[in-house]
Amino acid sequence: MITSSTDQSVETNTNHLLEPHWAEITAITPEIEGVSTYWLKFTDPLEQAAYSFQPGQFNMVYVPGFGEAAISICSDSQDRSLIGHSIRFVGNVTHAISRLKVGDVVGLRGPFGTSWPVKQMEGKDVFIACGGIGLPPLRPALYHIIRNREKYGKVTLLYGARTASDLMYTNEYDSWREANIDVQVTVDRGDSSWNGRIGVVPMWFYNFRIDPRKTAVLTCGPEIMIRFVIFEALARRVPPESIYVSLERNMKCGQGSCGHCQLGPYFICKDGPVFRFDALQPFFNVEEF
Amino acid sequence: MSNPKPTVAVYKFSSCDGCQLSILNMEDDLLDLAEAIDIAFFLEATRAERPGPYDIAIVEGSVTTPHEIERIKEVRRQAKILIALGTCATAGGIQALRNFANADEYAKVVYAHPEYLHYLKTATPIAEHVKVDLELWGCPVNKEQVLEVITALLNNRKPSLPAYSVCLECKRRGTICVLVDKGFQCLGPATQAGCGAICPVNGRGCYGCFGPVREANLDSLSPILQKLEPYPGATARLFRGISGYAPSFRKTADALLSAHKETK
Amino acid sequence: MPNDHRPKLGSTIAIQKPVFNTLLARLREAGYQTIGPCIKNDTLVYDSIESINELPYGYISEQNAGHFRLIQAGHKNYFDVIPGAQSWKQFLFPPRVDLFALRKNDKGWETITPPLDAPAYAFIGVRACELAAIQIQDRIFMRDDFNDPIYRNRRKRAFILSVDCSNPAGTCFCVSMGTGPRVKGGFDLNLTELDDVFLLTIGSELALGLVSDLPFEDASAFMLSTAERIMDNAAKKMGRSLDISDLPELILKNLDDPYWQEIGSRCLSCANCTQVCPTCFCWDALDHMSLNGLETSRERVWDSCFNPGYSYQAGGNTRPTISSRYRQWLSHKLGTWEQQNGTLGCVGCGRCITWCPAEIDLTKEISILRKEASK
Repeated sequence: MITSSTDQSVETNTNHLLEPHWAEITAITPEIEGVSTYWLKFTDPLEQAAYSFQPGQFNMVYVPGFGEAAISICSDSQDRSLIGHSIRFVGNVTHAISRLKVGDVVGLRGPFGTSWPVKQMEGKDVFIACGGIGLPPLRPALYHIIRNREKYGKVTLLYGARTASDLMYTNEYDSWREANIDVQVTVDRGDSSWNGRIGVVPMWFYNFRIDPRKTAVLTCGPEIMIRFVIFEALARRVPPESIYVSLERNMKCGQGSCGHCQLGPYFICKDGPVFRFDALQPFFNVEEF
Repeated sequence: MSNPKPTVAVYKFSSCDGCQLSILNMEDDLLDLAEAIDIAFFLEATRAERPGPYDIAIVEGSVTTPHEIERIKEVRRQAKILIALGTCATAGGIQALRNFANADEYAKVVYAHPEYLHYLKTATPIAEHVKVDLELWGCPVNKEQVLEVITALLNNRKPSLPAYSVCLECKRRGTICVLVDKGFQCLGPATQAGCGAICPVNGRGCYGCFGPVREANLDSLSPILQKLEPYPGATARLFRGISGYAPSFRKTADALLSAHKETK
Repeated sequence: MPNDHRPKLGSTIAIQKPVFNTLLARLREAGYQTIGPCIKNDTLVYDSIESINELPYGYISEQNAGHFRLIQAGHKNYFDVIPGAQSWKQFLFPPRVDLFALRKNDKGWETITPPLDAPAYAFIGVRACELAAIQIQDRIFMRDDFNDPIYRNRRKRAFILSVDCSNPAGTCFCVSMGTGPRVKGGFDLNLTELDDVFLLTIGSELALGLVSDLPFEDASAFMLSTAERIMDNAAKKMGRSLDISDLPELILKNLDDPYWQEIGSRCLSCANCTQVCPTCFCWDALDHMSLNGLETSRERVWDSCFNPGYSYQAGGNTRPTISSRYRQWLSHKLGTWEQQNGTLGCVGCGRCITWCPAEIDLTKEISILRKEASK
């Protein structure tokens, strides 16, 4: 085979795919200690109008000079006016974000990645098991379910945090319950003011009646919690094809190019963050992989 | 750290002044630096000698005299942030060779009246005496790294200092591996990047002046280097060089030397 | 023997070796930087060449695990040196490149896109394995959903003069990977070196234009059969071989094998293998900042899965041990790469073997893993 390989034209527009688009912080809602929600809006109204995402996707949020961080979108995917990010201040970039004020701008690229299977779950029961700041990426899925509540069967949210003061979005639980979501909350450590469940999510998971044939399990949170939730779900004969998990790894590009977030054949940024568990199964128990 | 400009003091302990010179060598950036920080004490550069406390103390050199032990404690008391500058300050430097020898014997050989000398038997890094907030390695330090650290402090940011070995830096510069291509002994695979691979770029092996990279596999590197020895014992000498008192290099050199003795 | 007719696309012509200089000159006149193998500071690199005299005439390279020596063998060939540590990757996917700069203003940040830097390169002496590597990187950097303008602009303008390998080195195993030693396609011109002449196969209209009025003769049947024989011999002279019949399964089914730990005890995690590998594509983005924080820039640099910070994020390191990093590299290169891109990530060039100071040899490691796994 002989092929001509050259093309002499030079492109004039070479704006790199990694160039940030600018978004203004319109509001900051403190959530729990060390976590706040930033409400962003592209400074270019056309960009804001064109932006849409699916529940479970993430953006790369950029603070010039500090770097980028992959942050899941926690707001309602039907609300096209603002983009919400609940951000935990843990690293260089997120600490820089913690010092920003309303009116400041950040760079934004996205949305990236796969989403929760809200369509495929229609007609099924949904069991959401999450922990800590594993709830924010699931909140858009909850909003979607609530808006289309009649399309789903029994919907349960089992959410755990270290202590009562680490629970996210507590002021919304009542409205979720009103929408016929069974909201069950547990904490690792309770104090005298707490009269709810105590114990980790996988432990309580065991106490719920689920019909493995018609339940989709969605999980996100600390890796150890995810492992045990999946272990329990499989033990309850939920098929791997009905378990969905959102993963997190070091990411630089968000587009399956830089290589950092690879897990086996997958780029978590592009082929995830939401995976159907059967895809992960061959690699999930390999240590340090 | 916002306004007013942070006060900075630069101190010299036992050292050659080369790292301080790296700061003065910043040329264009030096003017910006003078804009951004308030140099309150820097004998090598200015007559300024304002009393502490200071926001940042930058300390060059190792501790080699009883007086320096007292001085470094006072420096620590006066500083909010203490930066150890250069491999003398982070690992004792080349003068830490005395730690493996008898300093008194040397003193007798070198000085007519060693009784007038007040020295310690060891040259030790600053962190052995006081808490150090940040270590910048190198003999001398890389001025870009100094600038990066100051920029980071001024802007509330974690300094971006590489955690990988010289090899990665070397390849990014397109340098051909001197170990493989020339059979030179090179500590690059075990040494922290930051220098810009300056020795391999200039056709010689790395001698580890930026200190051991955290996860250096010295058990594997040591026999590789032994196969390339230009003379018996060269590998132990290489490890026991500028960063020789750094724990992992020290341990490797000790193991090589004791094995050497056994075979004798 | 000058010829009065013109060569055709797809045909093979023979030129006297000194005529090659005219070809180089034409490429330069056409605006190309002619880059080829040459000796700088006593070592083999890819750099700018203007004349055939700058090619490593008479040299060969002696290569083995952890060993490379350039040797003046006294023969009369220009293209007998099997390449060294450098590959064409450094030109298409530069080790360091500025992405953009930002300047703070009252409204926010002004983006300053760096000036277009898309040099037109003519690569002189691209080996079959290297061409395969370029084609692999094409699939990484010019995907539908991530089409990198820096790579694309360099790649699509690049003129490729490939070379059939006549004298494989000790760490070569392109035959096992099905990529060489003969160049199969994707070139503008392909060169086969015979004793007295260069055979040039014309692969593009562009190349046709460049060679059409060079003094040439049609490649004779004798020349073509000589080239054939050289290629057959080269294929038999591979220094290494790798059985890929059970890859990637062998690796992916044995990710827990203790042998990975054994390799990890030898591996220096120095990243040399990934940096010399012509297909490794990982990169990092570095942020730079002026002292006053008002000007910043972003730079893309080569990264490596052996870099301890590569898989670090708040909360810990996914691959904290050297053995886990080596396993990541090899299980990607000879395993999961296939699912990502349709081929394995290895072209059999042998660089990772030659340039590993610890003499780790993936062909050997795979065959040991195969034995261990069958126990």
